[in-house]
Amino acid sequence: MAPLDSETQQTVSAVVDRLKDKPGALLPILHGIQDALGYIPPAAVPAIAEGLNLSRADVHGVISFYHYFRDTKPGRHTVHLCRAEACQSMNQKATEAHAKQKLGVEFHGTTANGAFTLEPVYCLGNCAASPAVMVDGELYGRVTPERLDAILADWGKR
Amino acid sequence: MSVTIFVPRDAAALSLGAEDVAKAIAAEAKARKVDVTIVRNGTRGMVWLEPLVEVATNKGRVGYGPVQASDVRSLFDADFDKGGTHPLALGLVEEIPYFKSQQRLTFARVGVTDPISLEDYLAHDGYGGLMRALGLAPADIIKEVTDSGLRGRGGAAFPTGIKWKTVADAPADQKYVTCNADEGDSGTFADRMLMEGDPFCLIEGMTIAALAVGATQGYIYLRCEYPHAHRALNAAIEAAYAEHYLGDNIRGTGKRFDLEVRLGAGAYICGEETSMLESLEGKRGEIRPRPPLPAVKGLFGQPTIVNNVMSLASVPVILQKGGEFYKNFGVGRSRGTLTIQLGGNIKRGGLIEKAFGVTLREILYEYGGGSATGRPIRAVQVGGPLGAYLPESQFDTPLDYEAFANINALLGHGGIVAFDDTVDMAQMARYAMEFCAIESCGKCTPCRIGSTRGVEVMDRVIAGQNREFHLTLIEELCDTMLNGSLCGLGGLTPYPVSSALKHFPEDFRR
Repeated sequence: MAPLDSETQQTVSAVVDRLKDKPGALLPILHGIQDALGYIPPAAVPAIAEGLNLSRADVHGVISFYHYFRDTKPGRHTVHLCRAEACQSMNQKATEAHAKQKLGVEFHGTTANGAFTLEPVYCLGNCAASPAVMVDGELYGRVTPERLDAILADWGKR
Repeated sequence: MSVTIFVPRDAAALSLGAEDVAKAIAAEAKARKVDVTIVRNGTRGMVWLEPLVEVATNKGRVGYGPVQASDVRSLFDADFDKGGTHPLALGLVEEIPYFKSQQRLTFARVGVTDPISLEDYLAHDGYGGLMRALGLAPADIIKEVTDSGLRGRGGAAFPTGIKWKTVADAPADQKYVTCNADEGDSGTFADRMLMEGDPFCLIEGMTIAALAVGATQGYIYLRCEYPHAHRALNAAIEAAYAEHYLGDNIRGTGKRFDLEVRLGAGAYICGEETSMLESLEGKRGEIRPRPPLPAVKGLFGQPTIVNNVMSLASVPVILQKGGEFYKNFGVGRSRGTLTIQLGGNIKRGGLIEKAFGVTLREILYEYGGGSATGRPIRAVQVGGPLGAYLPESQFDTPLDYEAFANINALLGHGGIVAFDDTVDMAQMARYAMEFCAIESCGKCTPCRIGSTRGVEVMDRVIAGQNREFHLTLIEELCDTMLNGSLCGLGGLTPYPVSSALKHFPEDFRR
């Protein structure tokens, strides 16, 4: 486990200090850290545990329970590709296969150039415009393989 | 004089290009020196027409759609800012049959107003319910809700008034109102549309709930897949605080209610109410055995209302117009309106708010216009990933809780996903098990282990290995999960599996 550099340490401490007195503060803190760093470094767990008077196992257990929280650094952009039924009914499988082939990764993988991480998601609430994809919080509908190419080309430049 | 042009800010509209359209209209208007005011409204719910641009005229709001940024120049050429004719012109939006035939109670303002403008909310009957509730005794607020016949819209259909009364009657120093906005079911987006399109309506409903039961703190547990809703809710909460619709002295009455949005983190199980409470407490979202009910011992061990977004957002109109008004819609024991979300392989997908009792066939063909691909609709899944798959022979079932229970199906949150005849129902049954395995909280064995074994057995069925034996095995496994699981995830996963087996046996014997 790599120790945190002092800047990251400060970021983590600032988030913990700001939110630790909220009732049920752990999820807000984990979101705060992931928003700031893109992930929750395993080396941040002791500081979170100490701030909330929890065991490290408690904190690790919560991080690992939720699909959204990650303990490794993601690519520059995260592509969430919906796998749920409505998208499947509109040939989501073709978009998924194309995404994996184009990016050269499986789900949870990050491209070799560090530009994209591909994640599955189970419903983005865009079921009347399936298949749906979200890139860094921006939603796209009716994402055919061709449209996915255009979206990735656009985000690749950012 | 400035012309008001509406371009939705709803995520579905944005996903189809609404942001570029809004920018193009602003730029083109500037270049042509046309004075326009662009309002970013919610969506009318006619997703197949998005981005749907509306222009305010003296006859009403005229629609154009679906508009792409590249259409904007020709729209100006056609004087669309005066309601001019154009190939994309749709006439008066509220006269479009899909919209006109609906009964919009909960969604009355969605698509009409600027969602984060409190002024606009007040100008469209907003906070009428709260103002009336502030003058009522808590018991009378609960009576209105009970009289309305409102049942929980999250899927369980439990009478909302009875739940509130349980919380009101539980003695405690601290009570909570929580809103379950973890809308994880595939095929559902009503909560998202409401929170993005009329967030004050949810805030008002929660405030009324708080007055009714004596709660002073509320939480909206929102799934993190909905960043647009998150921004809209936070903006609305801030505006409500500024004008004392939230806080320690609501509209000068001395009553207090604080409200905060909390984000989930991608766990479907947190849509189950006890898991949601665990998650709000900062824990793993593992379900709690019941009893005790959350109404008695909920968040941080205190009496807690847990209601779905649609249930709470239906409360303002019930308080404003009375329980009797609301009850006059619907059939049998399913009173009021249902917000149907039509998605998947469908030509005209979107949100349809109708009184209970409309049939699936009307929704699929009269509203939906059949499949998007033009092929026959072979199956529909109603009620999310735990809902049954229905064949064409069941399309005449009316949408009401009891009629669906009678055919071993769920209405759930009102999501309908259509599939054409290319669907492989054995694969869909396998997916139901896979989804359960991915999302199981792990607390009980039938769900945690059963779902994984279910995927394996389905793989053998699909591969044709000792098929009849494995089909019997999957039925037995479904029976175990149905009867032995602690909550609805493991307990209802058998619905899509068994219904696929029952209605589409040929797909399992290829």
